[in-house]
Amino acid sequence: MKNKSNDVWVFVEQRNGTPAEVSFELLSKGHKLAATLKSNLVAVVLGHGMRELATKTFQYGTDEVLLVDHPKLENYRTAPYSDIMNELVSERQPRIILFGATFIGRDLAPRVASYTLSGLTADCTDLQISDVVYQRRDYKDLLLQIRPAFGGNIIATIITPDVHVQMATVREGVMEQAVISPKGKGRIVEIPYEPKPVHELVKIIEHHREESGVNLKNASIIVAGGYGMGSKANFKLIHQLAQTLGGDVAGSRAAVDAGFVPPQRQVGQTGMTVRPKLYIAVGISGAIQHRAGMQDSQKIIAINNDPEAPIFDICHYGIKGDALEVIPMFIDAYKNELK
Amino acid sequence: MVKQVPDTANISGQVMKADGTVNRAKLPAIFNPEDKVALELALQVKDRFGGKVTVITMGPPKATDILRECLYMGADEAALISDRKFAGADTLATSFVLSEAIKKIGKFDLIFSGRQAIDGDTAQVGPQTAEKLQVAQVTYAEEIVSAKGDKITIRRKVDEGYEILEATLPVLITVIKEAGEPRPFKAKRVMAYKNARSLLELEKMADSNSLLSVDRLKEDYLSKALFISTYTLDELNIDPGRCGLAGSPTKVHKVASVKLGGGEHESIEPTKDGLRSLIGKLAADHIFG
Repeated sequence: MKNKSNDVWVFVEQRNGTPAEVSFELLSKGHKLAATLKSNLVAVVLGHGMRELATKTFQYGTDEVLLVDHPKLENYRTAPYSDIMNELVSERQPRIILFGATFIGRDLAPRVASYTLSGLTADCTDLQISDVVYQRRDYKDLLLQIRPAFGGNIIATIITPDVHVQMATVREGVMEQAVISPKGKGRIVEIPYEPKPVHELVKIIEHHREESGVNLKNASIIVAGGYGMGSKANFKLIHQLAQTLGGDVAGSRAAVDAGFVPPQRQVGQTGMTVRPKLYIAVGISGAIQHRAGMQDSQKIIAINNDPEAPIFDICHYGIKGDALEVIPMFIDAYKNELK
Repeated sequence: MVKQVPDTANISGQVMKADGTVNRAKLPAIFNPEDKVALELALQVKDRFGGKVTVITMGPPKATDILRECLYMGADEAALISDRKFAGADTLATSFVLSEAIKKIGKFDLIFSGRQAIDGDTAQVGPQTAEKLQVAQVTYAEEIVSAKGDKITIRRKVDEGYEILEATLPVLITVIKEAGEPRPFKAKRVMAYKNARSLLELEKMADSNSLLSVDRLKEDYLSKALFISTYTLDELNIDPGRCGLAGSPTKVHKVASVKLGGGEHESIEPTKDGLRSLIGKLAADHIFG
């Protein structure tokens, strides 16, 4: 058995050289976990021409970067990436590895877990370090991997008590990004890559990028409409309010399914997780799945004509009334107060 | 590779236990939707390029239900992988058993499975099985573009669009629901296979009727081509320590029901004055601009 380490690793994902936002979110979370464990935060960067990205990770509190840089690694492919990760993890035995729950992360992480016989929990919504008593045995500093299960009906805490490497994937937007020090420094360890024929069994013939052009995650004000808006015509009011406040438009899953708003603007467990300064939920009942994507907003206003709607349980300001009347009043009041 | 799953999309109050956990036994068991699409894709490949389709599932004897459905759709063979020692498996233990069963069943060119099962949504078993079999994988497949010789061209979804990959066989492919609509059962095949039984089902029949013996039943069903082959732990000759709960590194530590908040909020009157005061408060909190 190799020497085990207590380090926290984050797989830093890039697509066409552009880092995935989720990687910085995971580094920020990883920094806290490593602080609790009194260990190092290690960023694992694979790609080509990645030195700048490697350096950028230091801002998020990275102590060390494992950099594997090679022209053949420019685009993600399962075989070379998983082979490299399998080797690194087996050799260095980190305590925790975090991956984004992206197409790449969900393709790669299970292969690494399978090879290294590690535990892996998908789509965690929270990660904590805690001592645990499991089956009358004491375990110190385990990673609590918390995730909704059964369609959001229960919240399960998963642990991997008897294996050293604990792995988890987390969706984009779930963890908060925090720059620790803009001039942070650390060391970069370059790992050589040796191409193998088995890495070339799958070739990328064509890569087609579609920009969605929607970035709700960085919006400071979001006005979201639900099925309760009744029609696409009524949904225009959501757009008007958003425009007045300088905010972005979003919708619940039901509103997306009804065709009121495109899927890229869906907030909730199967959509985006957002935490704007202000979230206005109009005609949204507030099912658990929706709340999972917006409950950490700084201020939440609920507008709903059903006084029993669960959204009122998590809002800061509740307006019980008809959206078709309240929104125009809201727009007028805003213009009058803040002109 | 297919899976029978509890129908989590239709959870009602009756299936929630008093402690807030889900009573799986009360949930109807269904054919995991994306696995059905995976079978459809496998059958399409067979229709276009030839070959033989074998379906496997790991689960309790009841999971034979979905194997029969596979036969109704057009699968050539089906195998149940079942043992009490396989119960409680996480994705790692599941992929171990599946990969060992696949090795036992024999050579393959393509393995299809759904991207993920609706009871866990992990999307891990496909890649974990591919790793254990040391074969290439293509996840999130939405279309089989073409196949020729030992090459297959696949279109797959990625984070920002799609990519087209050319893979050398053998390869494991996980399929998303957009890839196709599963074909309906063929009436002829339903008639032919509705009495197909797995070994564990025959054992149950023998148990409930002292005049029947398992060996005789098996012979009988084999002769009528209605025997669904069954792989147990002993048959696979694998380490029980790597199967089921024992072989699962992940453990459920705690389960909590999602509670409705009951949090306090300030009620705002839906009037001009009410909204004016609200906007004043938000402005004071520097929410705007």
